[in-house]
Amino acid sequence: MSVLILAEHDGQHIKQSTRQAVTAAAAWQHPIHLLVAGADVSAVAAEAATIAGVAKVIKVEAPHLVHLLAEDVAAAVQQIAAEYQVIVAAHSTLGKGVLPRVAALLDVGMVSDVVEIQAPATYVRPIYAGNILATVQSSDAVQVVTVRATSFEAAANGANAEITSAAAPAAFAKVRWVSEQRNLSDRPELATANVVISGGRSLGEQFNTLLEPVAHKLNAAIGATRACVDAGFAPNDLQVGQTGTVVAPELYIAVGISGAMQHLAGIKDSKVIVAINHDPDAPIFKHADYGLVADLFKALPELNAALG
Amino acid sequence: MKIMVAVKHVVDYNIVPRVKQDGSDVEISGVKMGINPFDEIAVEEALRLKEKGIATEIVAVSIGAENSKDTLRHALAMGVDRAVLVQAEGKLQPLGVAKLLKAVAGREQPDLILLGKQAIDDDAGQAGQMLAALLGAGQGLFASEIKVNGNEIEVNREVDGGTETVALQLPAIVTADLRLNEPRFIKLPNMMMAKKKPIDVIAGTELGVDFASHLSLLNVAEPAPRKPGVILNSVAELVEKLRIEKVLA
Ligand SMILES: Cc1cc2nc3c(=O)[nH]c(=O)nc-3n(C[C@H](O)[C@H](O)[C@H](O)COP(=O)(O)OP(=O)(O)OC[C@H]3O[C@@H](n4cnc5c(N)ncnc54)[C@H](O)[C@@H]3O)c2cc1C
Ligand SMILES: Cc1cc2nc3c(=O)[nH]c(=O)nc-3n(C[C@H](O)[C@H](O)[C@H](O)COP(=O)(O)OP(=O)(O)OC[C@H]3O[C@@H](n4cnc5c(N)ncnc54)[C@H](O)[C@@H]3O)c2cc1C
Repeated sequence: MSVLILAEHDGQHIKQSTRQAVTAAAAWQHPIHLLVAGADVSAVAAEAATIAGVAKVIKVEAPHLVHLLAEDVAAAVQQIAAEYQVIVAAHSTLGKGVLPRVAALLDVGMVSDVVEIQAPATYVRPIYAGNILATVQSSDAVQVVTVRATSFEAAANGANAEITSAAAPAAFAKVRWVSEQRNLSDRPELATANVVISGGRSLGEQFNTLLEPVAHKLNAAIGATRACVDAGFAPNDLQVGQTGTVVAPELYIAVGISGAMQHLAGIKDSKVIVAINHDPDAPIFKHADYGLVADLFKALPELNAALG
Repeated sequence: MKIMVAVKHVVDYNIVPRVKQDGSDVEISGVKMGINPFDEIAVEEALRLKEKGIATEIVAVSIGAENSKDTLRHALAMGVDRAVLVQAEGKLQPLGVAKLLKAVAGREQPDLILLGKQAIDDDAGQAGQMLAALLGAGQGLFASEIKVNGNEIEVNREVDGGTETVALQLPAIVTADLRLNEPRFIKLPNMMMAKKKPIDVIAGTELGVDFASHLSLLNVAEPAPRKPGVILNSVAELVEKLRIEKVLA
């Protein structure tokens, strides 16, 4: 029996979160296979085959997989699932869409957003916006699990795995991909950045002009609170928190952020948290390693200057 | 068009939950509870589709103990037409919830099923996808905008790094994200009226599905607290500290 990981890629490269899932999957001590689905993914499959710990790469190619719809990917996983004891993906948009569907098709339960694998069917996962960690044990014959990528190290290169192909199931007729809008940025990816600087709604229209220069100097990803997104100052995919992206950088700088529980849920694993807020009683200060009680409109330009 | 909306009764989102003394579970007795915020958004969306003349009937369904009726009354007060409680005690998990919702959908025959993208207690985010799989339907997850065009629904969804639009054939499953809408405020008279409205009660065991638990909870714990922080006096001091911490080059 083996572990199957649903690989995630952008058509060119394997995502870091898949390498992190490989590290998580080592806990089962079974051979690890990677499923790479897409329209033209030979290069991606070749890269996948080099990840240390990967024993086999299964390529599923079809023109209709150019945009990965969860319905199609779940069907591709289902058709080979009988060979696997464990099916894993990162807890990303793709993993969240595909794995519950796979679990239901296999009539097994599923464990989401696992931060620690204690034993082959015993997991630790956050509940209640990360305020509580639950240790749960699954009784299913097939384990279907999404892992919180930032809780695991990324596997490096070092393998030379076999690459095989499997036929793609026919396209799921009831869903059609229409369009997408990617927010392109030359900043590091939010989920995996070493430094993240986030702003709250108090930055207002100046969100970008205030954060960009500092982010640039720190080579940081930019994040935002929900309130900031709702107010239209930042795009939705910058949202950090319980229901946004969970980050675990070396340094997290929260600027003009109150520190609501839902936001904190996304930053708890940061190594160093810095808060800049003009209200000394803001809850964020209880969670920050370093706090600066200051007006952000003054402090941010100062920080920018100090970073030289 | 008939819409079914799943609503879960959960601990209020403002409450910081505590672990029971023996670490066996989360202490939820005596804690303020209410409708899962994402489900409230799903209800709101159904109501707007009705106000636009697209939906004709909205049925809210909750699965759980007697107290889930409070959340169904909230949905009734917002304006849904009917409410159904599937009585199921004990620990339900998303697969069980999805199977029970499928059974209710079999009776109700909705054209569209709306759910929240996740329940804020377990943060699982599975029920909608599982229900879609069981019904052989398409899933529009994390919806921030929906448009119904005849027998198809177009869903703009929030994905890592941007948004995506997919078109689903009805009947379909859609799960609501925060940006979909802002739920209406409930007026007191509506709340009073909702108290008098009947709620259909079905015993989960009558629906002929196996909703047994696949997961057991071994223990719960609060995450290790962080070291107390330091308040600094200036930006210069902050930069210095970050250099000492080696998080700045
Ligand atoms: C179901 C649900 C899910 C949610 N998910 C998330 C999530 O994933 N992520 C998230 O972030 N939120 C989430 N929220 C929202 C969350 O509860 C808070 O409302 C939000 O995080 C607050 O954002 P904020 O700190 O920008 O705004 P506010 O709460 O308005 O706080 C603004 C802060 O800025 C400070 N400030 C104002 N002016 C200045 C100034 N000139 N200089 C310095 N400081 C200043 C104020 O003192 C205050 O502390 C969720 C809510 C719900 C109900
Ligand atoms: C630690 C722990 C403690 C628990 N304690 C209890 C308890 O004391 N009592 C108890 O009854 N259950 C309990 N459960 C079960 C649990 O609360 C849920 O009923 C079940 O896990 C549903 O999954 P979810 O909340 O993760 O759903 P998700 O998949 O995150 O929910 C997505 C959406 O599905 C819909 N949905 C989910 N559940 C329901 C529902 N019940 N009714 C209607 N719609 C729903 C909602 O639209 C929701 O937004 C517990 C589970 C755990 C792990």
